[in-house]
Amino acid sequence: MAENTVVKKKKKSGPWREVWRRLNQNKAAMLGLLVMVILILAAIFADYVAPYGYDDQDLMRRFQTPNSQHWFGTDNFGRDIFSRIVYGAQVSLKVGLIAVGIAMFIGGALGAVAGFYGGKIDNFIMRFIDVLLAIPSILLAISIVAALGPELRNVMIAVGIGSIPSYGRIVRASVLSLRDQEFIEAARAVGADDTRLILKHIIPNSMAPLIVQATIGVANAILSAAGLGFIGLGIQPPLAEWGAMLNSGRQYIRDYPHLTAFPGLAIMITIFALNLLGDGLRDALDPRLKN
Amino acid sequence: MEKKKLLEIKDLAIHYITVDGVVKAVQDMYLEINEGETLGLVGETGAGKTTTALGIMQLVPDPPGKIVSGEVIFEGSNLIGKSQGELRKIRGNEISMIFQDPMTSLNPVMTVGEQIAEVIRLHQNLSPQEALNKANEMLLKVGIPAGRAKEYPHQFSGGMRQRVVIAIALACNPKLLIADEPTTALDVTIQAQVLELMKKLKTELNTSMIMITHDLGIVAEVCDKVAIMYAGNVIEYTDKVQLFTSPKHPYTVGLFNSIPDIESDVERLKPIKGLMPDPTNLPSGCPFHPRCDKAMPSCSKRVPKNTEVAPGHFVKCLLYEEGVEK
Repeated sequence: MAENTVVKKKKKSGPWREVWRRLNQNKAAMLGLLVMVILILAAIFADYVAPYGYDDQDLMRRFQTPNSQHWFGTDNFGRDIFSRIVYGAQVSLKVGLIAVGIAMFIGGALGAVAGFYGGKIDNFIMRFIDVLLAIPSILLAISIVAALGPELRNVMIAVGIGSIPSYGRIVRASVLSLRDQEFIEAARAVGADDTRLILKHIIPNSMAPLIVQATIGVANAILSAAGLGFIGLGIQPPLAEWGAMLNSGRQYIRDYPHLTAFPGLAIMITIFALNLLGDGLRDALDPRLKN
Repeated sequence: MEKKKLLEIKDLAIHYITVDGVVKAVQDMYLEINEGETLGLVGETGAGKTTTALGIMQLVPDPPGKIVSGEVIFEGSNLIGKSQGELRKIRGNEISMIFQDPMTSLNPVMTVGEQIAEVIRLHQNLSPQEALNKANEMLLKVGIPAGRAKEYPHQFSGGMRQRVVIAIALACNPKLLIADEPTTALDVTIQAQVLELMKKLKTELNTSMIMITHDLGIVAEVCDKVAIMYAGNVIEYTDKVQLFTSPKHPYTVGLFNSIPDIESDVERLKPIKGLMPDPTNLPSGCPFHPRCDKAMPSCSKRVPKNTEVAPGHFVKCLLYEEGVEK
């Protein structure tokens, strides 16, 4: 019985299955993953989860402490803090994902080209990245947002640009170590051109450190966006953003600490969860590298 | 029956230019292979065999390596000087190469089916599904059940990985296969299986082959003609039977003498004394003369030329050259 077609087996035996199994065994990482999943779901379904709009002011109900109607209380404009936290999750996650996406794409491309070709190209690209690194990231973000204007899109661009160097270096390091491996030479020996070598052979083999950096990167991006929001350069009111909420609640911190406590907790828990997940991923991916 | 000449190497010299000096990896090389023939390229580590193979494929890493002179004429046209685009059409399609270590020759994050299909799609205009089908056919040809096309290299044993590598190399039915010590990393029983497979496929597809090895046993099994390399030079070239029955160059004789004889009981092996010379500092004249027990005074002064001692049997040794004081 001649088998001409690929027999489709249900059993998924890819390398990712192994990674998932290892991640599963790490309880802290699973907790981080759970928290992130809850957060992401809350952000996606914010309209259904939040009992009030993020902008529903009710000046008769200002500064309420947490109660059955307002789980996290209300702020100085009478807006429900819980709803604002949920909508803030939308903003923070968007910033995190897109900023990291920009950085990974541009930084990754630069790093891959620099590592693969070496020589003057490598020098040129890495010195450019060094320049980016030399500027403190928060200052860089501030100047970009100040130049482009404080709105969500520019915050994502600013934070993204600031993160380019780390992805550039990671990808370059991977490419340098993979470039001399025999399967690259073997692929060249069957006629693959440089673009194909980089895209189909080198980059898929460099995913592990990239993924770990991306997870931590989202955490950093969220922190940076919150920092920008705190100094008033981020998302503008009345949009809800955790850093901006920290800032506006700052003046009332003595009498009404819940205005800052909840956004602060939200930031803390998100960053913590992302870090746990990132650490767990690093451990889960590492033994595979040794394979 | 006159066989057609497939590959002709003329006066090839490849140097590696390093900070420690110029390594003359290949010098003054002349070789030819006809269609359907298998040439064995034999030598110790560092003799220049892999560099020769890379030179044929035009894959010598350009810093620091350079093809300094010579021609590599494949099917009538010189590969040296072709553009990268033209060469890419040849690699994998007309000339294929397989490397020594099957563990590292395969991309760990691509399934084996995809890797075979990649070669096919690089050179033939087939849809992804058609290419995968052909990949499955190749897997069957090398003795791997087609269902395993979706598995990753780490799920195969060493011998099976080398079969996958062979499948990739032969997928587009190339005219010439260069096998760089394909069985060195495998144990002896698997070695036998892989060699059998290669012989079978070679006959089936009428592929010429350059078998690079340091194992004269493999030469006896698989090759038609043999070239012995030492320090970048081909010092003896003839057909297999001639080589085994009447080796001429003292190095070749030394190689045969150092193989332990299964039938006699000796206390000590008979290696060739000395070591391969430092490639940046080759001895003057014949590169083998410091280790040669037949060395004459003129050996350190003159580089031997290629002498035809019998029809089709070439040796580079002053012992056989005319006009040399013995």
